[in-house]
Amino acid sequence: MKDKSQNVSLGLFGVFVALLKRDLLLGLRARTEVLTGIFFMVIVASLFPLAIGADLNLLRVIAPGVLWIGALLSTLLTLPRLFEGDHKDGSLEQLALTPSGLHFLVYAKLLAHWLLSGLPLVLLSPLVALQFDLPSELIGTLMLTLLIGTPSLSAIGGIGAALTLGVRGGGVLLSLLLLPLFIPILVFGAGAIEAQAAQLGVGAHLSILGALLLVSWTLGPWACSGALRVALE
Amino acid sequence: MLLKAQQLSAKRGDTLLFQGVGFELSQGHWLQVKGQNGVGKTTLLRMVCGLFSPVPSYLEDEKKGLQDQTEIWWKNTPLSETRDVFHQELIYLGHALGLKEELSALENLRVLCAIQGQSLGSQKALVALHAMGLKGREHLPTRVLSQGQRRRVALSRLIVQDASLWVLDEPFVALDSEGIDLLLGLIQDHLSHGGALLFTSHQAVNFSAPGDVLELRA
Repeated sequence: MKDKSQNVSLGLFGVFVALLKRDLLLGLRARTEVLTGIFFMVIVASLFPLAIGADLNLLRVIAPGVLWIGALLSTLLTLPRLFEGDHKDGSLEQLALTPSGLHFLVYAKLLAHWLLSGLPLVLLSPLVALQFDLPSELIGTLMLTLLIGTPSLSAIGGIGAALTLGVRGGGVLLSLLLLPLFIPILVFGAGAIEAQAAQLGVGAHLSILGALLLVSWTLGPWACSGALRVALE
Repeated sequence: MLLKAQQLSAKRGDTLLFQGVGFELSQGHWLQVKGQNGVGKTTLLRMVCGLFSPVPSYLEDEKKGLQDQTEIWWKNTPLSETRDVFHQELIYLGHALGLKEELSALENLRVLCAIQGQSLGSQKALVALHAMGLKGREHLPTRVLSQGQRRRVALSRLIVQDASLWVLDEPFVALDSEGIDLLLGLIQDHLSHGGALLFTSHQAVNFSAPGDVLELRA
């Protein structure tokens, strides 16, 4: 019965791509979960102009902060489900038993999370920003900061999601754990747009966001896989 | 010797589950772990796979002082040094099957093989699913399959994946008598090709291959 022909080895990259494709496919099949986070950001950001009224000067001033807080909260909303499904159905055990090393597969999971929850926010941000009457060059900066900043949110958030895995009421704990860590990204992300509005140049802000991105994606997956192994015991 | 373990002890919180457990498993042999509910059969299996850390058990050595006696060897190398190779040759099936409800049986099977670093053609995967009696169910989301059918999807890995050690936790649960016969056939085939099997079951099973029973006691 058994087909004795040897299977072809996939190699590290093949395993990475296979898991990335699986997670994207799952996101596509369970669309409501993905859309919840995106709609949350759109709705939160849309409530401010409605509540504050048509004071365009005020709206322009608060726009960077509001949009960044929207992106941050929306990411926080999607994070509890990052490893929950895998933990429940036993996939996480199989991921931990991969010859490629768990931390390597965590990279794929975090990348899939960003593609499903971070990238849509980057792409939608110009539309949302229109409600705040942001000038076009500021919209460009907004997109750039979100593009550099949201992957860090996914990587740092992944550590929190792994640490609170299987904890009852983990969602609240997750927010308490992560919001302090998200503050630098929020400060420099929103700060870059304000600096641009004041004609001060955004180089420094973007450099720090870039540095945070590199550090979080270098160390995040390792910390994440360590926390996942603890959660599995 | 394929797999050897000595002085394994496990704790759940403050409760000691078992201590000082050791066993040996050679090629073509099976080992059945038996014991009452909650005695730690699943924990022992997960410990062997590296999903659960053993509690160190120290022994006084005159020259070196306290020495941790806990060790698992894979092909005579300590497991901590050869983990990646070991994982390549291992199939572990636990209580949770690792199937994604949104994916079809075929997609699940291919992804599980990919995670283990093995590329699986859809033709070979389909043949395996048919052999497990899932003809016509290959493209249905796993969500709509029954418990027994899900088990069969997970067990299809045994047909397609190259591995010399199978670690199966209660593999006969939820299977009908025809499914049990299928699985027994797979196991016989695996053992006769020099594979080894470590499993838990409350059923008395009899393989023609040589094997042993390990009784766990609290």
